[in-house]
Amino acid sequence: MTAREQVLARIRKNQGGPADQSIPREYADVSPLSREEVVEQFADRLRDYNATVHRCAAAAVAETVAGILRARGKTGLLVPAGVPAAWLPEVFAFRVDEGLSYAELDASQGVLTACDGAIALTGTIVIAHTPGQGRRALSLVPDYHLCVVRLDQLVATVPEGMRRMAGLLPAPLTTISGPSATSDIEMIRVKGVHGPRTLEVILVD
Amino acid sequence: MSVRVGEAASAPPFPEAAKKMVANSQLRRNVRHATDVIRTKRGRVVGEKEDWEALRNAGKAIKDHTLANLDRYLLQFEEACTKAGGKVHWARDADEANRIIVELVKQYEADEVIKVKTMTSDETRLNVALEAAGITPFETDLADLIVQLGEDKPSHIVVPALHRNRMEIREIFMKKMGLDTLGYQPEDLAGAARQYLRERFLRVKVGISGANYLVAETGSVVVVESEGNGRMCLSLPEVLISIVGVEKVIPRFEDLEVFLQLLPRSATGERMNPYNSIWTGVTPGDGPQAFHIVLLDNGRTEVLADPESRETLDCIRCGACLNACPVYRQTGGHAYGSVYGGPIGAILTPQLQSMEHSQTLPYASSLCGACYEVCPVKINIPEILIHLRTKVVESGHAPLAERLAMKGAAFAMSKASRLSLAHAFARLGQWPFNDDGKLDNLPGLLAGWTETRDLDAIPAESFREWWAKR
Repeated sequence: MTAREQVLARIRKNQGGPADQSIPREYADVSPLSREEVVEQFADRLRDYNATVHRCAAAAVAETVAGILRARGKTGLLVPAGVPAAWLPEVFAFRVDEGLSYAELDASQGVLTACDGAIALTGTIVIAHTPGQGRRALSLVPDYHLCVVRLDQLVATVPEGMRRMAGLLPAPLTTISGPSATSDIEMIRVKGVHGPRTLEVILVD
Repeated sequence: MSVRVGEAASAPPFPEAAKKMVANSQLRRNVRHATDVIRTKRGRVVGEKEDWEALRNAGKAIKDHTLANLDRYLLQFEEACTKAGGKVHWARDADEANRIIVELVKQYEADEVIKVKTMTSDETRLNVALEAAGITPFETDLADLIVQLGEDKPSHIVVPALHRNRMEIREIFMKKMGLDTLGYQPEDLAGAARQYLRERFLRVKVGISGANYLVAETGSVVVVESEGNGRMCLSLPEVLISIVGVEKVIPRFEDLEVFLQLLPRSATGERMNPYNSIWTGVTPGDGPQAFHIVLLDNGRTEVLADPESRETLDCIRCGACLNACPVYRQTGGHAYGSVYGGPIGAILTPQLQSMEHSQTLPYASSLCGACYEVCPVKINIPEILIHLRTKVVESGHAPLAERLAMKGAAFAMSKASRLSLAHAFARLGQWPFNDDGKLDNLPGLLAGWTETRDLDAIPAESFREWWAKR
C-alpha cells in the first residue's frame, strides 16, 4: 500500500460529522460606509500601518511621482513592463525589469508598480503579478515600493476583495497591508524587516 | 507508523517541567508581558468587528464540514495542484515526510535551504534530519532565527521566542552573527537579522515552507506572514517544498474570506497581517519553477477517529488560546514539552500520539474556559480536556489520586442525594485547611490549585440545601 492509499484509507475509516452542511455566511459582505468614507478608511488604515499616502487626479500621477522622488532624493526607480508611460515623469530614470538579477533588484533605489485591487477595511493592496506589477521578486527585493492604486480598484470589505482575487487566479497573488513588520521582540512593532521597509501609495481618482 | 511530535515523547511530565519554569521569574515576566500586549491588541480589533460571531460560526462550519469530507477535498486539491504544475507527495509519519524532503533537496543538488516558519517541520524535526544529511537549514522568521541561533526551542505557536527579551536576543545575535557591537533596540535587532539573512535569501536555491491553507477547489496554497521572509522563501528560490498537515485543506477559495479575517485579528491583533502569499502550482517566469508539497498525516487521522475530540483538527494555529490561558501565562510554552504548547497543545499533542505519551498535558489546565472564549473556530477545548482526562484515566496512566477522584466524582454526581452527602463530608474534610473561609494549602493532587491561589471554603450551607428550605 502506498502512503497515499494508506492515509486516504485511514481518513475514510475515521472521518465523520456533518457530511453535507451548508455554511452560515452571515458576516458582513458589504460596507455601510459611503464611497468617500471607504476611500478615507483605506487611507487611514494605510497610515496606521506606517505607509505614506498621496491622492491625486488621473492626469496628475506623473507630477505626484516626480514630487515624491524629489522629496526622497531618488533619481529613478525600477518598473515592470506594462506600467502606463503617462505615470512616469521625465528627467527621472525608470528602468524596466527585463530579468534583472536579484543583486540588481537589491541595489536599486526602489520600484514603482500598479496593483490589481485594494481592500479598505484592512488597508490591503492586492498584487497579482500581471502586466504593470511584474514578477514577485520585483515588488519584494527593492527596499522601497511606490504603488499606484486607482480608486476604481478599491473595494470596501474582505469578501469583496476575495471575489476580485478569485477572478485573477491562477496568477500568483500577494496581498500587502503596510510595509514589512515584526513584533517578535517584546511585541514591539518594528517597521521593515525583509520586505520593502518603506511603502508609499498614490490613490488616483 | 511512528508518530513523532517534536521531542514530546521524551519530555518530562507537565507538573515537573512547569515547576522549573514557574521558578524562572525573568521568563514569567517576558511571557506575561508579551501575552498581555497581544491580548490587548486582539481585544481591540475583535471588538470593532461587529460580525465576529458570524465569522466564527462560518469558520467552525467550514472546518467541521471539511473534516467530514477530508478524503474528497484532499483529492480535489491534489488534482488541481498537479494540473497547475505542482507535485504532491503523501507522508504517513514524520520520518517519511523528512525522508521525502531530504531526497528532494539532494535531487536538486542543494546543501542549504531557507525556511519560513513551519510548526509542522518542528513537529517532524525536519532540521535534525536535514543536518544529518549534510544540509544546512536557515530559519528566516525573526523569532525562529532567535530560537535557532540560541539553540533553543519554540515556546509559542505564533511568536516562538516570546520568552526572550531584547537583552537576551542581543547577546545571542552578537555571539552567533559575530558582531562586535549591536544596539539593543528592537529596530537594531531586526536590522541585524535583515543583514544576516539578506545574502542568503538571494543565494539559496531551495525554500521550505509550511502553509496556512490549501484550497481544494483551485489547488492554491496560502502562507500568512508579516516580515517578508515568507515572500522571500516562497518566490526567490528555484525550488519550493511545502510540508502541510492534511487538516489544512479548505474547500473553496471563497472560504479564505472567513479565515483571512479570523486569523490575523486572533493571532497578532492586526486587521490584516502585512503579507499573504497565494500561489497555484508553478507560474512560468515568476517564482520557483519546481513546487513540491508533502501532505502529512503523523497521527492526524487518529485524531479524526474520535467524534468527541475530532474538532481539535479545526485549529488554525492563531495562538489566541495560549495568550488567554492562565496556566500558559505562568509556565510559558516549554513546560508542555511539545512544539504545540498552551491549551491547544494540551489537547493536540497527546492525541497525535494516540494518548500514549504526554498524558499529563490534559491536566495542564484549570478548565476556566478562556481558551474556548477566544478560539476563532470555537474549539471547545475545556470539554475535550475533560474527555481526554477520562481517556487517560481509562488507560490507567493517571495518577492514583486522580483515578480515585474521577471515580468519586462520577459516583457522587450521578445521584443528587450522594452529592449532598459528599458536600457534607467535604465540609468536614476541609477543616484542617480552612483559614478564615479560604483554603490555601490543600494536599496532594489539589496542591497545584492552592499553591498560586486561595480557594473559597465550602459554605456551611450549600445552594441545594438553601434552596430546599425555601
